[in-house]
Amino acid sequence: MQKATIQLETLTCPSCLLKIENATKNLQGVQKESVQVLFNSSKVTLNFDEEIINLEKIEQAIATLGYVVKKSQVKAL
Amino acid sequence: MQKFILEKKNNIAGVSALLIILGFTSEFGFHNESLAMWSLALASVLGVAPIAIQAYQALRVKVVSIDLLVTIAVAGAFVIRNFEESAIVTFLFLFGAFLEQRTLQKTRSAIKELTELAPESAWKQREDGTFGEVAIDEVTVGDILLVKTGAKVPVDGMVQSGEGYINEASITGEAVPVGKHKDSRVFAGTILENGTIQIIAERVGEDTTFGRIIELVEEAQDSKSETQRFIDKFSLYYTPFVLILSVVVWLIFRDMELAITILVLGCPGALVIGVPVSNVAGIGNGARHGVLLKGSEVIHDFSKVDTIVFDKTGTLTIGNPSVADTIYYTAEEEKTAAYLVSVEQESDHPLAKAIVEKLGEIGTYKIEKTDVARGGGIVALVDGHRIVVGNLALMEEEQIEISDQAHQDIARLEQQGNSLVLISVDGEMQALFGIRDQVRPNVKSHLQRLKELGVKHLVVLSGDNQGTVDVVARQLGLTEAYGHMLPEDKAAYIKRLQKEGRIIAFVGDGVNDSPSLALAQIGIAMGSGTDVAIETSDVVLMNSDFSRLPHAFGLTKAILANMRQNIAIAVGVVVVLLASVFLSEWMNMSIGMLVHEASILVVILNGMRLLRYRLPKER
Repeated sequence: MQKATIQLETLTCPSCLLKIENATKNLQGVQKESVQVLFNSSKVTLNFDEEIINLEKIEQAIATLGYVVKKSQVKAL
Repeated sequence: MQKFILEKKNNIAGVSALLIILGFTSEFGFHNESLAMWSLALASVLGVAPIAIQAYQALRVKVVSIDLLVTIAVAGAFVIRNFEESAIVTFLFLFGAFLEQRTLQKTRSAIKELTELAPESAWKQREDGTFGEVAIDEVTVGDILLVKTGAKVPVDGMVQSGEGYINEASITGEAVPVGKHKDSRVFAGTILENGTIQIIAERVGEDTTFGRIIELVEEAQDSKSETQRFIDKFSLYYTPFVLILSVVVWLIFRDMELAITILVLGCPGALVIGVPVSNVAGIGNGARHGVLLKGSEVIHDFSKVDTIVFDKTGTLTIGNPSVADTIYYTAEEEKTAAYLVSVEQESDHPLAKAIVEKLGEIGTYKIEKTDVARGGGIVALVDGHRIVVGNLALMEEEQIEISDQAHQDIARLEQQGNSLVLISVDGEMQALFGIRDQVRPNVKSHLQRLKELGVKHLVVLSGDNQGTVDVVARQLGLTEAYGHMLPEDKAAYIKRLQKEGRIIAFVGDGVNDSPSLALAQIGIAMGSGTDVAIETSDVVLMNSDFSRLPHAFGLTKAILANMRQNIAIAVGVVVVLLASVFLSEWMNMSIGMLVHEASILVVILNGMRLLRYRLPKER
């Protein structure tokens, strides 16, 4: 398991949170309960299984929703 | 393609603004109906594109978003060929989003300033002994790092060599530079103002004190209160509800105009954004003023506090006792002082330290023998004289005669809240020292402010004797004062007050009062960024600055009021808009969208006021 912290561009609408949350939760390999989308700090944190999915795929899922990923950090759990 | 459109959202808003102007001038200026229609239609299509994409993406992840409401509304306007409204609504929606982004950045600016203080690179020693610049992530515990003048200290560590002055404002809030030399501790995020030092890394990244402060503030700004969770839940069902409502209206009245107007008016924007905006701006204000509030529950509870319980030493007082009175009963003052210092220099008792500090290091006598009388003082043989230093009980034990005058002095000093140190030379009492822990400057007026802000009970609990505690309580105008309290007694006392239904904040130094800090509804640590303080408390006052306490208390009240205002504005606007659809003639989609976007901005601007919050001037 790895923990990713993904910094996005300033989030403005709270409904964005729901979108990002649902989109990332439904990805294979992402631990559902770990997904947290932080409105004010405009960050996503989640745990994922690196054997099933990689960070690029997660970032892409967020990017296709129209949110720009600024930078990400991955830490082994 | 989708991504491109979304990225160019702001440009699209600009183009559609131009098209709308073109449309209206050609219609009203030149009565060119067809050009007007085409440009407005084009503006609508352009404008709705990014909104529709967002709506579609939300739907794919099973979210009914505001974007969907607007998209359907615009499509409806197209069907009834009302291009004016569709163009204006899309433009307002995009432009509103743009303004929201700008203003939201402002409300978050205070916290961003803080996080930007985090060091990004370090000069790390390579294997060959030279230093090279590396990214902060590459530094690990045990690395030797070079810090140059003007640079940020990259990690928490220990100085290996070199000297310098460091500004530790980012950790302690105190801007006066602190001197550092070999074996001094240095903290990440502080700035070396002059000198050059080499340090060994002890804690890196998120483990540093600064990293923890940032993490704490970042978590706090996004922590959700009960109210917020309720609103989130509510809005989850609210948006689909508006959609269904408008469909029902359309089916019943067969009025497309009315149905799409309801779609636009029902957007919940200001409601969902109001509370987090107040939260982030308020916590940001705190961070700027040396007050760390750990989240919105803390804000809520703190604002309701009616009893504040203080620890005495180090909280109300400076925690550094000093000599307040000196009385000699001998003509040979200097000699007595020198004997005293010679003896006291050997001790690290706080009272002994206070005396040495007061008299200076004038003792040059050789100590031949010392006996420590536990809880009493010291008996020593100095230069052939028998010196007894200690409290009254020790003097009596040593059968030293105390004059009536001395007895009077002792009684007087004790009543003033002094701890006493007596000294006798060869069985003759020669001097009396009254030592007091100074009350922090201005504490009295700060306590007064707390009372004005609505705190009813101010209580001091201390391990000191009741006399000393009473004096402090009288000086400061506290409502209750209890001495002889061990940490567990304090905790028991707090428990008892809580049973009476009081809401309690406990203010302590965070070191030996952790049970009380944890037990009270709000634990407030006066810590110079110490770990314990950060971990166990709900609120941290940086740099042990007592003046921040009234600010913190006033701030939480202001934040709570601000949240309520925002909720009221949001709900009020939606109610008024929906009512006016049915009750007035002038309401349409464009006005609805305008009012709606305006209300979001009002809510953000209202939240922003918290960034500038200051305690009102003293009465």
